[in-house]
Amino acid sequence: MSMRTRRSVRAGQYVALLCYLIFLAFPFLWLISTAFKPAPELGSLHPTWIPQHPTLDNFRQAFDEQPLLRAAANSLIAALSAGLIAVLIATPMAYVMARHRTRLSTAATGWVVVSQAFPFVLLIIPLFLVLKNLHLINTLWGLVLVYVVWALPFALWMLVGYVRAVPRELEEAAAVDGAGRLRTLVSVTAPLLAPGIVATALFAFITAWNEFFFALVLLKTPEKQTLPVVLTHFLGAEGASDLGPLAAAAFLATLPSLVLFAVIQRRITGGMLAGAVKN
Amino acid sequence: MRALVRTAAAAATALALLLTGCGAGDDGEADGKITLRFQSLAWQKESVDINKRLVKEWNAAHPDIRVEYVQGSWDSVHDQLLTSFEGGEAPDIIHDASDDLADFAYGGYLADLRPLLPKGLTDGIPRNSWETATFDGGVYGVPFLQEPRVLIANTKILKASGVRIPTPGQPWSWPEFRQVTKELSGEGRYGVAWPLKEPVSVTLNLGLSAGGELFHRGADGKVTVAMGEGDQVVPDTIHDQVNTDHSAARTALGMGGGDTLPGFFGGKYAMVPLGFSYRQQIVEQAPKGFDWTVLPAPAGRDGLAQGVSPQTLSVAEDSPHKKEAVEFIDFLLKPANMVRLAKGDWMLPTGTEALADPSLHTADRGWATGVALAASLRSAPAQSVRGYPEWKDKVATPALQEYYSGAIDAAELKKRLVTDGNRVLARYQR
Repeated sequence: MSMRTRRSVRAGQYVALLCYLIFLAFPFLWLISTAFKPAPELGSLHPTWIPQHPTLDNFRQAFDEQPLLRAAANSLIAALSAGLIAVLIATPMAYVMARHRTRLSTAATGWVVVSQAFPFVLLIIPLFLVLKNLHLINTLWGLVLVYVVWALPFALWMLVGYVRAVPRELEEAAAVDGAGRLRTLVSVTAPLLAPGIVATALFAFITAWNEFFFALVLLKTPEKQTLPVVLTHFLGAEGASDLGPLAAAAFLATLPSLVLFAVIQRRITGGMLAGAVKN
Repeated sequence: MRALVRTAAAAATALALLLTGCGAGDDGEADGKITLRFQSLAWQKESVDINKRLVKEWNAAHPDIRVEYVQGSWDSVHDQLLTSFEGGEAPDIIHDASDDLADFAYGGYLADLRPLLPKGLTDGIPRNSWETATFDGGVYGVPFLQEPRVLIANTKILKASGVRIPTPGQPWSWPEFRQVTKELSGEGRYGVAWPLKEPVSVTLNLGLSAGGELFHRGADGKVTVAMGEGDQVVPDTIHDQVNTDHSAARTALGMGGGDTLPGFFGGKYAMVPLGFSYRQQIVEQAPKGFDWTVLPAPAGRDGLAQGVSPQTLSVAEDSPHKKEAVEFIDFLLKPANMVRLAKGDWMLPTGTEALADPSLHTADRGWATGVALAASLRSAPAQSVRGYPEWKDKVATPALQEYYSGAIDAAELKKRLVTDGNRVLARYQR
């Protein structure tokens, strides 16, 4: 392939990537634009990207009509707890499954994959009944429990890949140097697993942060409801909606995930690459 | 989706009951006071405020029967209620739409209200409305708010065209409506935009005006689909407006009601057929100086008749306090309160006395036109037909969409709605 052809191919790749990024960003940019538009502009025949008379009224109305801060706090508690607990449970399990291959661990891995195929409507009623008997209906802890159970299989699957990517020889070298099993785990394996653990926690966090149906069904009182549930209060029957405040509230709801991504993006990328290669 | 949920629910419940040992609930009230949970689907600020205020008023007057307001959501309400019913955690008082009640009523989740309803409430709501919440002889909800489909028109275009302005007393006939939309069309403008993202309920409900029935219940109680002359008036009018006259915007066929508003405000469409409550969005979003009016939907052989699925209040069968729950419903639906609720939702009350309230008989924002249509509202044709959701999703929606866009002709539409449709319904009625 000549230099010129290579350059053309490279340029084509960049254009394709740019188009893809625009495609991905479109809904979010439109959401931001809508959030700052006054009502007459929302109903304009010729919508513009940049609001002609930007306003914060939609945000004011959204906060005035719904307890967004309380809902965001509930979502944050549920999502952070779910992320933390999921990795706390999944990490040692993943280590055992990756390092000690037995029939049991192979079967467990298979079961983890199969469990991802269950539609949640099949699980919600048994879960509801179990939580009811545990007196965990209408509690954030009940919801956290569900989110952990929900995130655990995939978190486990992800982490098994990361553990396998850590060379076994490193642990053997540490053992030769006199480190015990626990010391090896804490000082050698855990730091290498950190990117994977962060990526897995983020996955569990975002899954819980965005989750709607379990929260809708399990939480009864307004004080407990999470952000996705409260967002639906801007929707009426037959698709009618309070578009401006809905866009404003939805925009605010995306911020924590974006901030979290921005803060730990480098670690996630590292984590993903680490998990992608197996020695 | 509903079928999947139902099947999944049945299987899952059996498993869950085994796992949990059928733990009994504790509904006892330690201090002798009763707490009722009222799940409301009110969503507009005014409406939520009024509901909460009414709950507060009740609680102040009834210290021993406390009502707890629970905010529900129209989105996924069916699945949420089904789960709550299965789990024995359903709210005592349930706000929903009558077309969502059939499954719950037949499933034994809702209380038959007949022995509980006070005479005043029963007599205060017309029989037509009660029929919307009556299943297999039982009454499973109190219908309290409803909305007809009306034509919202751009007053300036309407007046400039010189067409006769219809009133509830002298509405347009369907042929006249077709002619008017031709006259209202012009350079870059359509006489009407039909938002038909969900074409089935619009077609069936408006079809009643022309004598359309589509669903016929036989002596054996089984329902079959048959398409007579009356059933073809509405579909044929829309089809011809789009494909022959070009007086209806083709692009609007895939839109939801709110999506047509920008075009309506921009003068691209002279009229849009919308639910009565859409007036609120119009008031909020219309540009300054935009002049609009509310007209009755066209009339046919059966006058202004059209089908509706009112909003309802039901009581859970599992509720240990059904009597008190109905007392609260009775309070909530006192004529004056019903008027407050109707205004908050920009809908019509079902109650005769509430409908007579002078504040609803004002020409402002089309209230009087809506009230004048109330007597013509009937139970939506399909809401008690088992298998309707599947018929709607798998047969009628694609068939009507294709017919309206001109992809198939009337004979093919009839074949699909009737032949294919009856095959679907038969499975539910074996």
